[in-house]
Amino acid sequence: MDLATLKTKKNIITGAILLVILILLATLPLYAPGYPVILLSSILMYVILTVGWVIFSAPTGYISLAPAAFFGVGIYTSAIVGEAIPFAAVVLIGGTASFCLALIVGALTLRLKGIYFAVFTFGLLMLISSAVNYYEIHFTGTRGRFVMIKGYDLIYLYMLGIFVLLMIAAMTIKHSRYGLALMSIGQEEEAAEHTGVNVVMVKVIVFAVSAFFMGAAGSVMATKWTYIDSGIAFYMLYSFMPVLMAIFGGMGQLYGPIIGSAIFTYLEEFLITRFPEVYMLIFGVILVIAILYLPDGLVGLIQKLWNRFSERKHAHT
Amino acid sequence: MPILEGKGVTKYFGGLAAVSNVDFRVEQGEAFGLIGPNGAGKTTLFNLISAALSTRSGTITFKGKNITGLKPYKICRMGIARTFQTVKIFPDLPVMSNVVLGLYFGASGKMSSGEKTRRASEYLDFVGLSKVMTVPARDLTLANQKRLEVARALATGPELLLLDEIMAGLNATEVAQAMELVNRIREKGITIIMIEHVMKAIMSVCQRIMVLHHGEKIAEGTPREIAGSEKVIKVYLGDKAHAGG
Repeated sequence: MDLATLKTKKNIITGAILLVILILLATLPLYAPGYPVILLSSILMYVILTVGWVIFSAPTGYISLAPAAFFGVGIYTSAIVGEAIPFAAVVLIGGTASFCLALIVGALTLRLKGIYFAVFTFGLLMLISSAVNYYEIHFTGTRGRFVMIKGYDLIYLYMLGIFVLLMIAAMTIKHSRYGLALMSIGQEEEAAEHTGVNVVMVKVIVFAVSAFFMGAAGSVMATKWTYIDSGIAFYMLYSFMPVLMAIFGGMGQLYGPIIGSAIFTYLEEFLITRFPEVYMLIFGVILVIAILYLPDGLVGLIQKLWNRFSERKHAHT
Repeated sequence: MPILEGKGVTKYFGGLAAVSNVDFRVEQGEAFGLIGPNGAGKTTLFNLISAALSTRSGTITFKGKNITGLKPYKICRMGIARTFQTVKIFPDLPVMSNVVLGLYFGASGKMSSGEKTRRASEYLDFVGLSKVMTVPARDLTLANQKRLEVARALATGPELLLLDEIMAGLNATEVAQAMELVNRIREKGITIIMIEHVMKAIMSVCQRIMVLHHGEKIAEGTPREIAGSEKVIKVYLGDKAHAGG
């Protein structure tokens, strides 16, 4: 068997495993309704925010603190148009609104580098949050809005669908020439530009694509909370969590952020219910340990253990 | 028609004229040298041609087309590639990927991925890096990093190549290899403009040389004319008054 057929065989097996997992996940509401579905929805929310953040920020090194802004735009879309049109259209509009916002913001700010970009994106979040709050109080005369409930199973299935589409987009970008371009931008932007890469266009488009998924996720999750206001929709933790989860999971591989955010979310749920008083403290300690001892995240740890294991195996033979 | 022509090219940094009213013509297929003391404006002129900087006044035309004010990636796709005075490779990418980027985004046009791999290894072989294709670029020696920059620039399919001090910091053997490399690039039909402080190299490789001093063009001619020019010698060695003689 030559290398190519071996590779296609491996691909078929991986594809089959992924398909089985996907079917199991999609049918979850049938055999495990209630809490597992709600928990997995929260996990999927963070996974989408984190992977969405990773597709742009990991290769380019542009640290965006805007996820909460894009997520919140999705939430407000749902609150504003949610009752008038079909749910799928709401989600699509939520994503598109975030996409457009990211296009404009990206075109204006992606020439800023390093800490300036991070600070600006965080400022954007504050600005939108305050602007929405001002508008609501002065023009609609309320603080918050009610969102129509859609049911936990539907929320879950939509989140799963968005997640699958996001993974397809992430893989497509990573393996296309734009994946290489993003990495070259992260390492030596000037050289990338002189090698024919339209750096502004590549950065802005991928930034907007990542915002699309965050916005779509926001418009789905809004229906879970039933009431939202600018403080809930643009909660700054939604900007910080994706960064922390990506670091925790490791950004070298795409499955890193998935594992990272899944474990992180579960840990949060677990600690909140078991140790409600000190959960933030324990959370912080775990994070510090992870950053100190796992520089490449969980994925790095797994790879290290795997290497040690395979070395030992070779040593015996 | 010259492949590259500059008319009254000017660039100020604050009040200082880094490049001042410089005219130049580079003919198809030649190796054109650019020399001058430190701070003469050589790299600034490269940055103006490749659009890393925008000109304050003057025009630059490439194959008869005005390219002043275009973006760097457009300039690259039109067929002007460059290397950098301080090496700018993609350190964490494998050597091969550094070159593949040029094939993806340069002026070479669309091709299959198999074709790309083949072409990339050809360019790496051409500059003598075929043994280190899978190594991360950061692990290369300075001489090899400079070769990698040349390979990446060639991969964009240029008609004009700007080489900014590719011999600086190299030892005698490496300089000889770099000179031979420049000659081989020119044999491919690619026009070359090179900045160099290694006089032996520039005198033997180039057909014509332009001398800049304080941003102004003070001489232009064959290597023999430049070597004999009193003005140029004065700039490099100082005149008698300055030397205290």
